[in-house]
Amino acid sequence: MSNEVLVVVEQCDGRIADISFALLGKGKELATVLGTKLAAVVVGNEIRTLAGDLGIADIVLLAQGAQFSHYCPEALKHCVVELVRGRSPRLVLIGNTAYGMDLAAGLSAETNIPLLAYCRDFRVEEGQIIAVSELYGGKILVESEAGGTQLVVSVLAGAFPVAAGRGAGTPQIEEFSPNPAAAEARIKFKRLIQPESGDVDITKEALLVSVGRGIGSKDNIPLVQELADALGAQLSASRPIVDNGWLPKSRQVGKSGMSVKPKVYLAVGISGAPEHIEGMRDAELIVAINSDPTAPIFNVAHYGVIGDLFDIVPLISEKAKAAGAS
Amino acid sequence: MEIVVAVKQVPDLVEELEIDDSGKALDRTFLKYRLNEFDEHALEEALLLKEKHGGKVTVIALDTAEVEETLYTCLAKGADRAIKVTGNFDNGVDSREAANILREVLSSTPYDLILTGVQAADDRDGQLGPLLASYLKLPHLSVVSGIELAQGGRALTANQEHSGGIVAEFEVTLPALLGVQAARETPRYAPVSKVRQMMKATKIEELAAAKSALDSVTPIRRLSKPESAGRAEMLEGDAEEISSKLIAILDQRGLLKGSIK
Amino acid sequence: MTETLIPAREVFRNFSGLMVVVFYGLSFLALGIFTYGIWLRIAKYRKGRPANRMTILWSRLLRAGKTIGAHTTLKKRDSFAGAAHALIFWGFVALFIGTLIIMVDHDFLRSISPQLQFWRGDFYLWYSLLLDLMGVGFLAGLMMMGVRRWRLKPKQLDYSRPDRKSGEYDRTGYVRDDQIFLWGLFCIGVSGFLLEGLRIAADRPPYEVWSVVGWQIANGADLVGITLESANRLHLWTWWIHGILALGFVAYIPFSKAVHMLVDVANLMFHDTMAGKRLPAIPEGAPLGYQTLADFTWKELLDFDACTKCGRCHVACPAQASGAPLSPRDLILELREQAEKEFGGRSWLHENAHGEVNRQVTGGVIPADTLWACSSCLACVEACPVGIEHVPMIVQMRRKLVDSGILDANLQGVLQKLGRYGNSFGQSERQRGRWVQGLPFKVKDLRKEPADVLWFVGDYASYDPSLQELTRATARVFYKAGLDFGILYDGERNAGNDVRRVGEEGLFEDLVNRNIAVLEKCQFQRLVTTDPHSYNTLKNEYPELIARNDRGWRISHYTELLAELLEKGRLTPVRRLGYRVTYHDPCYLARYNAVVDAPRRVLRALGVEVCEMPRTGENTFCCGAGGGRLWMSDSRRPGVATPSEQRIAEAVELGKIDAFVVACPKDVTMYRDAVKTAGHDDHIVVKDIVELVEEAI
Repeated sequence: MSNEVLVVVEQCDGRIADISFALLGKGKELATVLGTKLAAVVVGNEIRTLAGDLGIADIVLLAQGAQFSHYCPEALKHCVVELVRGRSPRLVLIGNTAYGMDLAAGLSAETNIPLLAYCRDFRVEEGQIIAVSELYGGKILVESEAGGTQLVVSVLAGAFPVAAGRGAGTPQIEEFSPNPAAAEARIKFKRLIQPESGDVDITKEALLVSVGRGIGSKDNIPLVQELADALGAQLSASRPIVDNGWLPKSRQVGKSGMSVKPKVYLAVGISGAPEHIEGMRDAELIVAINSDPTAPIFNVAHYGVIGDLFDIVPLISEKAKAAGAS
Repeated sequence: MEIVVAVKQVPDLVEELEIDDSGKALDRTFLKYRLNEFDEHALEEALLLKEKHGGKVTVIALDTAEVEETLYTCLAKGADRAIKVTGNFDNGVDSREAANILREVLSSTPYDLILTGVQAADDRDGQLGPLLASYLKLPHLSVVSGIELAQGGRALTANQEHSGGIVAEFEVTLPALLGVQAARETPRYAPVSKVRQMMKATKIEELAAAKSALDSVTPIRRLSKPESAGRAEMLEGDAEEISSKLIAILDQRGLLKGSIK
Repeated sequence: MTETLIPAREVFRNFSGLMVVVFYGLSFLALGIFTYGIWLRIAKYRKGRPANRMTILWSRLLRAGKTIGAHTTLKKRDSFAGAAHALIFWGFVALFIGTLIIMVDHDFLRSISPQLQFWRGDFYLWYSLLLDLMGVGFLAGLMMMGVRRWRLKPKQLDYSRPDRKSGEYDRTGYVRDDQIFLWGLFCIGVSGFLLEGLRIAADRPPYEVWSVVGWQIANGADLVGITLESANRLHLWTWWIHGILALGFVAYIPFSKAVHMLVDVANLMFHDTMAGKRLPAIPEGAPLGYQTLADFTWKELLDFDACTKCGRCHVACPAQASGAPLSPRDLILELREQAEKEFGGRSWLHENAHGEVNRQVTGGVIPADTLWACSSCLACVEACPVGIEHVPMIVQMRRKLVDSGILDANLQGVLQKLGRYGNSFGQSERQRGRWVQGLPFKVKDLRKEPADVLWFVGDYASYDPSLQELTRATARVFYKAGLDFGILYDGERNAGNDVRRVGEEGLFEDLVNRNIAVLEKCQFQRLVTTDPHSYNTLKNEYPELIARNDRGWRISHYTELLAELLEKGRLTPVRRLGYRVTYHDPCYLARYNAVVDAPRRVLRALGVEVCEMPRTGENTFCCGAGGGRLWMSDSRRPGVATPSEQRIAEAVELGKIDAFVVACPKDVTMYRDAVKTAGHDDHIVVKDIVELVEEAI
């Protein structure tokens, strides 16, 4: 029983995901409160060098092997399950990404350690871990108790600061060799499909006008395009717009799309589902226009307008053009 | 090809959600329920696969709020069978319990593929897909969009969405369980007359859940609404005034085309 | 010369016995072909489903008689065509009766008893005069029509189709049919006059001065120097030409556009004045929408044949005007071609399609895009002079499309919202009554307390943030008038008018049932609504769906109510608004339900000058939002103005007007948008009539 705080570090092609740093930062804080160690497990092929980035951890566990050269959900799960069974950590932190969604609940089922998902905060109270889950499209926060001695938590991107996890240090490095026979290759990685390098890389734009379901129909997109042009901005969109084919995938902002940090993010007709907010919450100035006063986007926006975008957008375009011309 | 689609009802987020007096649950007075949007996509994907490759689609759900109408709608869309699992679900069912129950039920149902929505709005203790897959010892992939039959029907290719717009393509041997993010077509519409026709012509099968409801292993402390601590400053006025204010804000920060120094 | 000549005419003048026999032979042949052709047509109609029109037959006959006699539908908005057709029609009728008279007199009465013969003497004189004059009118009418069709070339006679590409069809058959019809009748008329003139030239009976035209032709013949012998010979020849042309025409009738002479009488007789306004429910055993021709009723098959390609519906249609792939005329003609191919009763000259024959009507021969382009404005049905009912057919075919899942993606989303939330905005029912916040008084909840007036607010007025202020204005006006009114708050659902027109009949029934369940528990004296679409269905379609109707269902549009309140003095304008405005009649108010005066009475009472656009009242031009089109993506050809933009252009032509006044919440949205996109925001303001009322009081 190590009783440690274990962070499952997500890496792809030798790059550690930002969310893992955020987990490490928070994990360190918790480990200190609980009086225990912070361990980080990284799974991959020839990843020894990554240990250098994980200075903030007390122990770095490396599970290496050719079977991990590409992302393989099954192999990953078996590896982590074996590790957790062996080490019995107090708390396992996993990021709520596709990687994490493949892993967390399965880990919980196999090891019978309870799971709390979509967490945006947790704390220790009288020796108990309390986690706060963000559910119902971001509208309700649910505080739950760990219940038992062990807990798995899947954490939302953006819940904790990334910088806190980048620390210097000399962790103890252990190699971990998972039992190869256990992993059946029922899921085989074929290839990675990069997004079509569209005309525009929205992650590099300073101004973004982003359009969501409120736009109603494809025919109304030119209205927002006009606004973008008037402001010298590029158009981006929430998932439903891209799913409908009204804008290319390269414009999608959110969990399955791009993460953007523009100077201005003008959200037009976007309700602010957590998956979308994840992709833009770090923008410097967020302005939201939506006719629904309870839209969650207003919780992250700096300025909000409750009104009909079809009335307001053309007026802004007009004024922006006038300002640009003068 | 036998496909099972596991669906569930979730509170409709269009309604304003209120917390009840106990502080530990949602106020059900005005709560409306609807089929989990992702489960709708899972069903659509199942129907598309059936239309392309033949087979049968079975929809299965626990008997929670207003699930009957949902199941009839699934039948109207083209599902061949609908199964309702009865039990004591008044206080809600968490994903783990649902997975446990479905594991029992599915032991007597043949399947090549199980599809379910990648997640649901009330998945406090994790998603049904991976839990059920673990219990059934099936290979599992989540956040899937785009499923095709491969290897003469013994496997599937599936696309998993990652951040940054990157998609990873996998080959999955059957039987398997996939968590569907988006079907390749918008979920179809079931005309009301067809649903009513189903209500008259077909029956929803009922199976009883083997285990009784357990208390949650991670008890809920309380519910709350997110604080609008960082709540936006609302701009008031008519469209004219608002647009002027917005332009002023942008101008102030040197962000307007004409004002960029 | 003591003999007084009795005015009369020899029937088979200078005919040999053989010639008479040949003539009768040919007559029987022609009549036989005619009967056969008519029989084929009737056999075709009998293949249709029952239509429940065989009621109140005498009343129907009378009504059709009046319409045809007065040419009401023909001279409506086109007095030139109306006059020309009247001349042709009455000329033809007169000449036809004239021929009948000769037949009865010569063939029947003569063989029974010569004393009974009446075609002589004074009768013959008046007969000759009248028929000559009618004959001239007949020819004049034909010439007017010829000039109109081939010189003036009005848009409605342009046969190009918006629903097919130009290489895919060939309508020269139609053009030939038109030519044969017109020239055929013309030649019959001219040859008739010629042979009369030649006979008179030969015989010169003095009383024939009564045949005014014939007499002049005889004079002309003399002038030209025709001998007696030539006159007799020419007469015989002309007689035969005339006879064969006429008999040929008779035989030709059932196989050409001439059949409209018979079919249109029947079609007008069996016309349903509520067509489109009250759509048919789906009875047990009836198909869920139309898929193939076998699903159509006999009246609809008759409709296809009734069309004379006059093009009035074609130019009235807003979809056609904005380049969408729909023309009501071409819809009907396409269905006619299809019916002729499948069921028989074929015209000799018809359209040729290049491409394969498709048995599937809905979605095949009539593409889904065509069907979805319709805004159910009813202009086609209103304009049609022969009683064709286009809109119900479109709705029936749409029912099939909905059933088969062939829907525009936007529409699908809206239907799902309507099904789940009872409104097209996808918002919670509980938000429906939120617009009342901000009013300085409480609005009654009719579910809890009784009131005089139940105000059925409608989706757009309740949920659309930019329209809510207008709804509040309406409430304030009602309050000021001391009206005892209330609303249904969360109990109200979309009335379902456009849901039905989109073809989702099951959802329509659902919505109706829910609304009625709520309404039945309320106590009120009358219903009022701001939305003309809701008005239409509540007034025309709900009554038959309410099982118990012991309340009496009295419904008014708010313009009617406002007119009443102003006229009874319960609302008093404190200032006269000296505005010059134009008023746009909503389709569902003016054309569907003939509410044209009330809004104008309101405007007059406010001291406002109303300047009418060319298309006004029942001839109003649709904004393009009805029939669910507001819920679908754009269907017009790019670059062509939308119907609402075209309407604004019509208003701009009136010169300086202070406001474009509307009386429908969707019109407010549509026209405000159109004003913006057409770039007229500086000179036209769109106002709801209630804004003017509030301003005045």
